[in-house]
Amino acid sequence: MKGNEAIAQAAIRIGVDAYFGYPITPQSEILETLAEKKPWESTGMVVLQAESEVAAINMVYGGAASGKMVMTSSSSPGVSLKQEGISYIAGAELPCLVVNVMRGGPGLGTIQPSQADYFQTVKGGGHGDYRLIALAPASVQEMADFVGLAFDLAFKYRNPAIILADGVIGQMMEKVILPEQRKRLTDEEVMARCPWATTGRTNGRRPNIITSLELDPAEMEKRNIHLQQKYAEIERNEVRFEELQCEDAEYLIVAFGSCARIAQKAMEMARAEGIRVGLLRPITLWPFPTQAIATRATQVKGILTVELNAGQMIEDVRLAVSGSVPVEHFGRLGGIVPDPDEVIAALKEKLMK
Amino acid sequence: MTREEIIKPENLVYKKPSLMNDKAMHYCPGCSHGVVHKLIAEVIEEMGMEEKVVGVSPVGCAVFAYNYLDIDWQEAAHGRAPAVATAIKRLWPDRLVFTYQGDGDLACIGTAETIHALNRGENITIIFINNAIYGMTGGQMAPTTLIGMKTATCPYGRDVALHGYPLKVTEIAATLEGTAYVTRQAVHTVPAIRKAKKAIRKAFENSMNGKGSNLVEIVSTCNSGWKMTPQAANEWMVEHMFPFYPLGDLKDKE
Repeated sequence: MKGNEAIAQAAIRIGVDAYFGYPITPQSEILETLAEKKPWESTGMVVLQAESEVAAINMVYGGAASGKMVMTSSSSPGVSLKQEGISYIAGAELPCLVVNVMRGGPGLGTIQPSQADYFQTVKGGGHGDYRLIALAPASVQEMADFVGLAFDLAFKYRNPAIILADGVIGQMMEKVILPEQRKRLTDEEVMARCPWATTGRTNGRRPNIITSLELDPAEMEKRNIHLQQKYAEIERNEVRFEELQCEDAEYLIVAFGSCARIAQKAMEMARAEGIRVGLLRPITLWPFPTQAIATRATQVKGILTVELNAGQMIEDVRLAVSGSVPVEHFGRLGGIVPDPDEVIAALKEKLMK
Repeated sequence: MTREEIIKPENLVYKKPSLMNDKAMHYCPGCSHGVVHKLIAEVIEEMGMEEKVVGVSPVGCAVFAYNYLDIDWQEAAHGRAPAVATAIKRLWPDRLVFTYQGDGDLACIGTAETIHALNRGENITIIFINNAIYGMTGGQMAPTTLIGMKTATCPYGRDVALHGYPLKVTEIAATLEGTAYVTRQAVHTVPAIRKAKKAIRKAFENSMNGKGSNLVEIVSTCNSGWKMTPQAANEWMVEHMFPFYPLGDLKDKE
């Protein structure tokens, strides 16, 4: 099935309580699949087409604040519209899932694949000092698997999580093993898991108030410090990446999502030519595998990042290696997806001359 | 008769609703918000919904509504309260869910969320405080500012050529299929307060009975924003606001 369909099917199966979305290419199959599957009749999952991306993310805010597992999905221009809501959700420390199936920008751009929302995803996007737990799937299987993983992490840390996919991963078809069907939590289980949630003052407890507002700067600084401590803990515990043939590598490619698939092929072709290339694929874009890249930097002659953008993740790779080896970028823009040949040519041109 | 003999339940003619706490309100003296807060607290208590109610507060003067009524609250982004409330009600259908919004929040930046939540027939109640001005930010022009009315951003008076017309969003709401009850009330006199309370009760009951969405507009004063005494503001409201925003039920599906 398609990556987008895998997201929808996985959401139903892991017991997501609600999906709120607005159609935008190339991810409309998520809402379409949910509408076709009618999970409100099977699991009781709410599926609602909102009047805008802005409304959809604020529905997510409302549902997340009430302790339920809620999600939305969109593509780049729509995710830009959601940024205000994402900032509020991060500020109020609510768990939820946002899926971005990236397309080319800026502006209305193109409906073809892109990875140009890396900065938006890992450097902020909305206002304020906040972080999203960002997962980058490179296969349809990971599209399915990361829905559950994203919710697990989101609830563990009371933090929004994002699946940053692109039009390639969303639209391509692969075999996939879907998660087992789980029951949605009962209202009582939700209240037990989220004693902070606005569910009504059940049994006369003190009122729960969900807000990101604090006008006292001393209190607001405390809140911010608390957030930073939480982010540091996530950075310690939740870095995920995959290394392929890095042990003997002279050159390292760092790529995520669809580019990692292309880079993997390029790596195999380069090795057939006798060039020892390894691939490091960040799975979490935040927290970023800084240490793993720094470690590999000690053994390689150079690092090439391959991205569907003008060079965004390369900044984090350069920060990781801190000038110890050359780090170059190869990317295609505006919806063009490169061939593995182009990656090898860029490697030779930029690092082996 | 001693004081102790007088203080008996059967002699009680007035008390503060127990859901209202003792925190000092940040509202200006003479503001309508306090009265509406009290009415909401009374209706929740009378319906026995204290443990099953979630309020959604706006951005605007009522942003801190959550400080004064001891119920669960979510504070929404500017204009987005109806979207927030939509999700809560759909996920917790047996809860009483209401939003509390001002004119800038509801009728300007949040027009889309307001119209669509009402039109979907979400089983929520929207309490709409219309004082024709942005109070929190210091008295700027609102979507409901009357023609000729002076504010910080229309200091020579609202001019149709420059600013367009005031928006009668409640009249729009009454035309939507999804609304069950749409009414315009005020809280400037005791009879008006009684009527407003009945309206809130009806709206809340509709929300719980699955009848659709409900909009209760309260035409209100902002005496500090209008730069008047509370009494003069009430008189100005009767003289100028009521002719353009006439009180009464605009739609009742009953």
